Amino acid sequence: MPEENLQDALLKQVDECKEGFVDSNQLAASLNVDHQSIVGTIKSIQCFDGVIDAVLKSITKWELTQEGKQMAENGSYEYNLYNAIPDDGITQAELMKKVPNAKIGFSKAMSNRWLKVDKTSKPPVVKKQVENVKDEVKNLILMVQSGSMDVSDKSLNELKKRKIVQQTSLKSYTISKGPEFKLVLEKPETDLTSQMLHDDSWKSKTFKDYNFNSLGQILPSGHLHPLLKVRSAYRDIFLEMGFSEMPTNSFVESSFWNFDTLFQPQQHPARDAHDTFFLSDPATTEDFPADYVERVKNVHSHGGYGSQGYGYDWKIDEAQKNILRTHTTAVSARMLYKIAQEKPFKPVKFFSIDRVFRNETLDATHLAEFHQVEGVVADRSVTLADLMGILKEFFHKLGIDNLRFKPAYNPYTEPSMEIFGFHAGLNKWVEIGNSGVFRPEMLRPMGLPEDVNVIAWGLSVERPTMIKLGIDNIRDLCGHKIDLQMVYDSPICRMDM
Amino acid sequence: MPTVGIKRDELFDALGRKYTEEEFDKLCFEFGVELDEVTSEKQQVAKEQGKEKAKGLSDDVIYKIDIPANRYDLLCLEGLVHSLRVFLKDITAPQFKLKEPENGVRQKLIVKPSTQQVRPVAVCAVLRNITITQQVYDSFIDLQDKLHQNIGRRRTLVSIGTHDLDTIQGPFVYDAQVPSDIKFVALNQTEEFTAPQLMELYKESHLKSYLPIIQDKEKYPIIYDSNGVVLSMPPIINGDHSKIKLSTKNIFIEITATDEKKANVTLDTIVSLFSYHCAEQFLIEPVDVEQVDGTVITTPKLPYRVEKVTAEYLNKKIGIEVTADVVADILTKMCLDSEVSDVQKGEITVTIPPTRSDILHTCDIVEDVAIAYGYDNIVRTLPRSATIGAQQLSMKLSERLRKEMAGSGFTEALTFSLCSYDDCGSKMGISEQVVQQTAVKISNPKTVEFQIVRTALVPGLLKTIASNRNMPLPLKLFEVQEVVVKDATKETGARNERHLSAVHYNKTPGFEVIHGLVDRLMQILEIKWSSKKPCPEGKYYYLEKTEDPSYFPGRCANIVACGKVIGKLGAIHPKVLSNFDLTCPVAAVEINLEHFY
Repeated sequence: MPEENLQDALLKQVDECKEGFVDSNQLAASLNVDHQSIVGTIKSIQCFDGVIDAVLKSITKWELTQEGKQMAENGSYEYNLYNAIPDDGITQAELMKKVPNAKIGFSKAMSNRWLKVDKTSKPPVVKKQVENVKDEVKNLILMVQSGSMDVSDKSLNELKKRKIVQQTSLKSYTISKGPEFKLVLEKPETDLTSQMLHDDSWKSKTFKDYNFNSLGQILPSGHLHPLLKVRSAYRDIFLEMGFSEMPTNSFVESSFWNFDTLFQPQQHPARDAHDTFFLSDPATTEDFPADYVERVKNVHSHGGYGSQGYGYDWKIDEAQKNILRTHTTAVSARMLYKIAQEKPFKPVKFFSIDRVFRNETLDATHLAEFHQVEGVVADRSVTLADLMGILKEFFHKLGIDNLRFKPAYNPYTEPSMEIFGFHAGLNKWVEIGNSGVFRPEMLRPMGLPEDVNVIAWGLSVERPTMIKLGIDNIRDLCGHKIDLQMVYDSPICRMDM
Repeated sequence: MPTVGIKRDELFDALGRKYTEEEFDKLCFEFGVELDEVTSEKQQVAKEQGKEKAKGLSDDVIYKIDIPANRYDLLCLEGLVHSLRVFLKDITAPQFKLKEPENGVRQKLIVKPSTQQVRPVAVCAVLRNITITQQVYDSFIDLQDKLHQNIGRRRTLVSIGTHDLDTIQGPFVYDAQVPSDIKFVALNQTEEFTAPQLMELYKESHLKSYLPIIQDKEKYPIIYDSNGVVLSMPPIINGDHSKIKLSTKNIFIEITATDEKKANVTLDTIVSLFSYHCAEQFLIEPVDVEQVDGTVITTPKLPYRVEKVTAEYLNKKIGIEVTADVVADILTKMCLDSEVSDVQKGEITVTIPPTRSDILHTCDIVEDVAIAYGYDNIVRTLPRSATIGAQQLSMKLSERLRKEMAGSGFTEALTFSLCSYDDCGSKMGISEQVVQQTAVKISNPKTVEFQIVRTALVPGLLKTIASNRNMPLPLKLFEVQEVVVKDATKETGARNERHLSAVHYNKTPGFEVIHGLVDRLMQILEIKWSSKKPCPEGKYYYLEKTEDPSYFPGRCANIVACGKVIGKLGAIHPKVLSNFDLTCPVAAVEINLEHFY
């Protein structure tokens, strides 16, 4: 019977019953359906609040096992065995062959004292001990089968032990009318449809409640990479602060622009093959402004502009070697040289965020390439205090308000300061960047006026992103071995929160 | 940045007071060094070699302190303590002076011409009546090691030999000899070895990294005394005969180098810092070094230099307001003796001692003033000029395209710029020859993953798919990044090219998705599709069937926009898929964005 018809039939019976309630088992019997279907129907009607009340009760009841049913028909084993004994007796071996389950029958009949074994004859024979017997067991079985309540617990347990009866529990519902009882149920709509809006039927319909206790669908979406979201956030900050982006589209750089112009001596460890990627093709750059090269050479080897210089034999060959740039400061040097050639001098604020390369041994915090952020301000009489002030504003926008500056050393800045920020999440001071005032030995050979100072700072994109996302292995953030789920799940980038 | 390990108790003894760890950390921070780690010999060994080895070692607290790379004068207890005590105004900076020998005859080193091909520079000095305790001895050895590593660039530029002067007899000779002719008992050896035997002996020792400095030279540098006793074979090993002991009273220091300036700085540093332990403190005995041309240079030079700065200059650089008097006072804290030399001009005369070789320019004095003034005391200001911000057009376009790509349902990957030959070559079905012609090559990669700079973005995206094959299909990835190609017309011989690439990975290639993406990109770049042949001039694009070894035959097309081929799209060749360990088909596109800004 289809579900709706069952609902109707059930409601009709509840409505018509004289007792005020119906039993679900009786209902199942009268409708000639499986009890389980009735239970399903009750549940579905209960989705409508207050239509019916259904109280569950559980009745235990004895019923015959398969063996018990056979016994009800054929009599107990002991009774059958007893009847199979001729008056003059029979050997036990023969008796065993005469009836089924003779072994059980024999032991039961013996314990009932229905039999005796005459050991005087050889071999011994089994004889009836009493004239006639009643098959009490069969009677009990028939009583259980009929549902009689007059069978004693002791007898039931005896039968249970013999696996003739078993106890089953029967669940049944007592169904009665609820406060909102009705004979016809209207099914609630799962959702609004355009048809309902069209014909206004939504006004007369009931709607199923939404389930707010589960997650919604996973949407098919595109995602931006978290590190590049942070890069975008940094760009926004610089642009908000009036900085211009430098052209950093030059991974290949000459040692001259990467090191020499920055007054980084040619024996400096950073210029080692251990730290820097040198190129075999294209191996060198020879096209430098000749007069500038001469000034750079002089300031390294002999000094000038008030400097002692490093006092070593500066070699053009070393400067010509091509490398993958180790910092974007190479680009800053090119830009500063460029503005030095433009007269009169105009103050500038520059920034860049791009890849730099180090011939590092890779580990959880080091990759061969990473993103460097750099800010540069060139202005007449810009001061160390200005550098501290602009760093304060910059890091404020990154959500870091507590800054400390540590004196540090860098070949091309003096004074130099490491920037430490108090990280509330980690509850400690972490180094968050490097900064300084470019040395006159770098700026004056470019042709910048003596009173023009240049302040600069740098940091990586990777480190703050890792802290932000709680990633402690950089290889889980960058490169082709990342888990795309990390990209899918990464939040929008709000550095100041 | 070099790190020195100093025993805390010895440090506090020398400083004359005790600090809590926080107090000392703060002092370091203000002075410009960094208390990097607090440990002990036991802890260090336990960390590096396991707890077993650490048993029975000292529990004395060691402070590991990071020293700026140009402050050679802080690389040992003596130097650090002196500078800190001057900084704290406990003492005034010492005056280092030369003192001629009692008998009026200087020690002498004669430099032979043959050294000029190997290690041309030699400088010397003598420390008289020195008291060497175990602590001083350890510090002395440690300082030499630090100087070897740092200013000496692992002994390539400078190496140091120190000797018990009373065991040897001048004049000394600095020579270079055929290795097999050199034979002596090296430090801590009991028998004589020839130079080649020594080189063999040290092959697996802590000295092995220095061997290549002279290994292949025709002649090895050697210093011996008037009796032929070998003092050292620079830069490898000293002789055993003249080694320093706790009983040593007079020390002969010889430094050989390839860089004269660094040789002098190293010598000045050692003698300045350890003259503290001489009976007559801070007095150093000079030595004559006879050069190849017969001239004599007396070392050490212990140069004191004078710089003049004005308070106005310093104030303007730092952004503070202090008077010349205050400047002179605070500079003295940084071991720079200073006095106001012209009250009217606010001029200060600063004397730079031989220990402060880091001061090359008045800007270095600016830093010392700022440090002594206290970075925390500087009032933070902002640059006054107004400037207008601007973006690079390439980045402006990239940023917008990236958002559009994500809007089209593609996820951004971030792959490395460096890769192997195979990634851009054989794995993509492209011949090695083509890669050789186009790619920038790295001469010293540590692994094959960094042989070249990538010339295309698709390989990185395929690798990203390969490590994410367990993700639900389809995978739609993109990247807007730069590749690098050789270009002889450019200054460096190479140029960056900004590319956009996208891939679609699914049970079927989904070429239609990539095709649709190209149409979408052209739409937002305001380039119209044209089916007319020939294509009209101006902002139109069309696809043109082509063949490419990376793509399945018949399933690759050029994207022709505004009359130029700007990129390629198609279904990736099954062989390429298998090279990248991919089990499903891929459709891909790669476009050169340089045409659009």
